[in-house]
Amino acid sequence: MCLGIPGRIVATVDVAGLLMGTVDFDGLTREVCLAYLPDARVGEYVIVHVGFAISMVDEAEAHRTLEMLRSMGTSLEAEL
Amino acid sequence: MRFVDEYRDAGTARALSARIAELCEPGRAYAFMEVCGGHTHTIYKHGLEDHLPPAVSLVHGPGCPVCVIPMGRVDDAMHIARQDDVIMTSFGDMMRVPGSHGSFFDANAEGTDIRMVYSPLDSLKIARANPDRQVVFMAIGFETTTPSTALTVRRAAAEGLTNFSIFCNHITIVPALRAILDSPDVRIDGFVGPGHVSTVIGCRPYDFIPRDYGRPLVVSGFEPLDILQSIHKLLRQLRDRRCEVENQYTRVVAAEGNPVALAVIDEVLEPRPDFEWRGLGRIPWSAMRVRERYAAFDAERIFAPPGARVEDPKACQCGEVLTGVIKPWECKVFGTGCTPETPIGACMVSPEGACAAYYNFGRARHRATEPAKEMSRA
Ligand code: SF4
Repeated sequence: MCLGIPGRIVATVDVAGLLMGTVDFDGLTREVCLAYLPDARVGEYVIVHVGFAISMVDEAEAHRTLEMLRSMGTSLEAEL
Repeated sequence: MRFVDEYRDAGTARALSARIAELCEPGRAYAFMEVCGGHTHTIYKHGLEDHLPPAVSLVHGPGCPVCVIPMGRVDDAMHIARQDDVIMTSFGDMMRVPGSHGSFFDANAEGTDIRMVYSPLDSLKIARANPDRQVVFMAIGFETTTPSTALTVRRAAAEGLTNFSIFCNHITIVPALRAILDSPDVRIDGFVGPGHVSTVIGCRPYDFIPRDYGRPLVVSGFEPLDILQSIHKLLRQLRDRRCEVENQYTRVVAAEGNPVALAVIDEVLEPRPDFEWRGLGRIPWSAMRVRERYAAFDAERIFAPPGARVEDPKACQCGEVLTGVIKPWECKVFGTGCTPETPIGACMVSPEGACAAYYNFGRARHRATEPAKEMSRA
């Protein structure tokens, strides 16, 4: 229940005032409450816990972290 | 899967572990606590300890909400579930946690109506479909799941549902960290900080750890490279004689957290003066309860469960595991009396529990390094 996973929003819908959405987890879709991410849009990635999206995945930051990780690898290879 | 696979690259992991080894000062040992059960799960699943130099050891923290729920609360939940016309709903992880007279699964087998739900909102569906029954949601979890419970209560109120309530067991991570830091035998040089709790509460609530206790904390993602990078950041702080809160998980965690979620929690729930944690004992202001305004949705007010304190079983050493005093396999009943199928302690129940994670993923590896011990246990 604590292992939150990233998924991609494929649809959003207002259910009697509650923002809900369909989120795709690598082919498996689930209905997810988006009320805590009022700015979330179709195509964006979110982290979902117990049926609620609690955070967006920031693509630019994700890229930055990866670059940093990879640079640690390449600087090592350069030394070798 | 996007945002997952790229953080599992084995080549980068090897490079990172070399970087980590470089940062260790000769002759010095480092102990870092990973606070979150999700991290414990990743560490064992991917064998991350094999990527760390012998000088770096990991201590598994209290961040598995299922593992720290005391038996007395399970018994109270059972008391509520056994009332006439009650349907209890619960996350699957909670179903096997032993109370003093068995688990939810055992109670189900005896005819008590306890149903598994994926989302707390599913409980509202059950309440709508069963207007003549009382539906009680067994609410558990840290700040990752608290917002979902709070919104569900608010939704029930808005709909005017009169047959739904929650048995609130939500806990908060910061008081638990303080309790660990205050305990006399703590030997922790830094923290791999909770990632998803921080999406809700942000990074600032941890500022007291470097400030008052002189330990660094790095908020970390959940993939293997995330955790290795966080350990690297901790070691770099120690080498540079810095001590601060850093955020490795910037792709998901914003410094200020999720203000919408925090506002809904604050509207529905309030801090509870005292709560018992399995293994850690009573910790003041470490849990949440339903505010007066939403009293009609509070199962504790409606059903007045006995609230008895129940001692943990004698054989159980979960407390020592949860504070990092012993490793899971050092518990006397690990793998013999206590297995995921027949758990004695709660750390063996949830996949995020240190004992279950170790039982499922770590044993083979451990057997290779410490055959004598494992043999004598078998
Ligand atoms: S093996 Fe079982 S009883 Fe022992 S610490 Fe782990 S969960 Fe608790």
